[in-house]
Amino acid sequence: MTAMLANSAQITTRYLRAFLRQPGYVIFTLVQPVIWLFLFGQLFKRVVEIPGFTGGSYIAFFTPGVVVMTALFSTGWSGMNYVTDMERGVMDRFLVSPVRRGALIGGELVYQAGMTLLQSLIILGLGLLAGARFQGGLLSVAVFLVSTMLLGTAFASYSNALALLLRTQNSVIGAVNFVVLPLAFLSSTFMPINLMPQWMQDIARFNPVNWAVEVGRQTLASSIDWSLVGVHLAELLALTLVCAWLSTRAFRAYQRSV
Amino acid sequence: MTIQPAMSHGAATATISPPAVETEGLAKTYPNKVQALKGVSFIVATGTVFALLGPNGAGKSTIVKILSTLSLPSAGHARIVGRDVVREPERVRRLIGLVAQKSAVDLEATAAENLTLQGQLYGLSGAELRGRVSGLLERFNLADARKRIARTLSGGMQRKLDVAMGLIHQPQVLFLDEPTTGLDPEARADMWREIARLAREDGLTVMLTTHYLEEADHLAQHVAIIDHGQIVIEGTPDGLKGELRGDAIQVELASAVPEADLRAALSSLGAQLREITIEGRSLRARVDSGASALPAVLAALDAASIRAATATVARPSLDDVYLRHTGHTYSQDNSKGAIR
Repeated sequence: MTAMLANSAQITTRYLRAFLRQPGYVIFTLVQPVIWLFLFGQLFKRVVEIPGFTGGSYIAFFTPGVVVMTALFSTGWSGMNYVTDMERGVMDRFLVSPVRRGALIGGELVYQAGMTLLQSLIILGLGLLAGARFQGGLLSVAVFLVSTMLLGTAFASYSNALALLLRTQNSVIGAVNFVVLPLAFLSSTFMPINLMPQWMQDIARFNPVNWAVEVGRQTLASSIDWSLVGVHLAELLALTLVCAWLSTRAFRAYQRSV
Repeated sequence: MTIQPAMSHGAATATISPPAVETEGLAKTYPNKVQALKGVSFIVATGTVFALLGPNGAGKSTIVKILSTLSLPSAGHARIVGRDVVREPERVRRLIGLVAQKSAVDLEATAAENLTLQGQLYGLSGAELRGRVSGLLERFNLADARKRIARTLSGGMQRKLDVAMGLIHQPQVLFLDEPTTGLDPEARADMWREIARLAREDGLTVMLTTHYLEEADHLAQHVAIIDHGQIVIEGTPDGLKGELRGDAIQVELASAVPEADLRAALSSLGAQLREITIEGRSLRARVDSGASALPAVLAALDAASIRAATATVARPSLDDVYLRHTGHTYSQDNSKGAIR
């Protein structure tokens, strides 16, 4: 167990160090959300006038959705680390060592969760500047951050599993993009759920992106619906565990195929 | 710094110690039905350099992958210092170091960071790890590269860093999978010196795969030639060459001649020529004495109006050993390219 923890920390450190050498990377990953936030914030400004739209400005409404989408786009690239390591022979070098196999997966996911946390904080800060008011308080923000990290970890696991099975950069990029936007549009990211067509509402109920966005909306509410938050957190935790399990299966498939 | 010998010499004489590497009937069939290995058995004695020589696709890398616990054999057994690679992979991993065919350096980390993480994965830490990292950087002339990002290092330096990483945990057996492929002549000579030193001074057992005949000849005490997933012959380089009586002669013809005509032209020389092989325009044969046989061969060709462009006499080389046991020349095999 100590070896597992030590190895995981070493793997996390490896990624963290590569990130700290190019901290500009975080700016790069934030370009897209900033565009989302301010362009869409302007474009859909008057959407709030639609009857049935509750809440303040559109940009405030949209901020939790941008946080969630950024977590998806960012962690969706996670598998690239694996593709590079496989191509470079680094993965095989690790596998020849007695390193705990779980640490190779876990250490990377911890790094992804950390990156998600950093990006989410920055975007929430930008939302605040743009006029979003988080009336739910610090606790609701903390709960939201946990849910984005869970979603990010789940999505990173999905990306990693694809990388281990497909082993090329293009297929990972394709598989990630194939999923992110449809999931965002089939959630309350852009529109309140009660304004969506019924069939979309039905799908949104089972959409992990929607779970995280709904938790995020609670940060803006004056009173928090804890039962909704509790259910969604449990759903996200279950999803994360399933995805992490799938990625360990994919890892074993890779090991067998060497 | 020095690397601990595989086993103290006192212990080795007191008990019969298992060989560094031992395989029995090792076979591997990949899921796509490619039969990479068809029953390979060999023993590598402790403290020696053993070379697996063969063309691309012969199965060399597959053997290394099985011995280093990366890949599972379809049949047969393999043991490292008596430990079974399938049943006790955890034990085996601590006994071996692997330098893979392709450089496995993390390009985004410095030389020191690469070595440090590698050591940490083996459970090393603190002053001991720092000492080993510094020692290996020093030894491989990488001290200046300590804080340089690996991406900026030359191919030869990255290769040396690969070898240094393979040694950080002081293994007993080091696998080098084509350690000098892609290196320039100077870097290759450098690497050869290091490999020779590992066995000589550190008492390490080194098993290397190569498709360079001269590399095996130069470095190894024991050579096994592998072709199509099977070992065709093994022995010491001198022993293998000694089995071939006499010299090799080679004649390059000015133009292609039908094989039957060529053999007819040479028939007058009788049993003087052995193991005649004809590939395209080149004619090879073994003779007791090259110096006396060559004029006779040229005269016989001349009498049949076959013109020779060049003629050479050579002491037996590993290439001749290879030709003898596989029925084709080495360069011809390698130019066919990699199967996998």
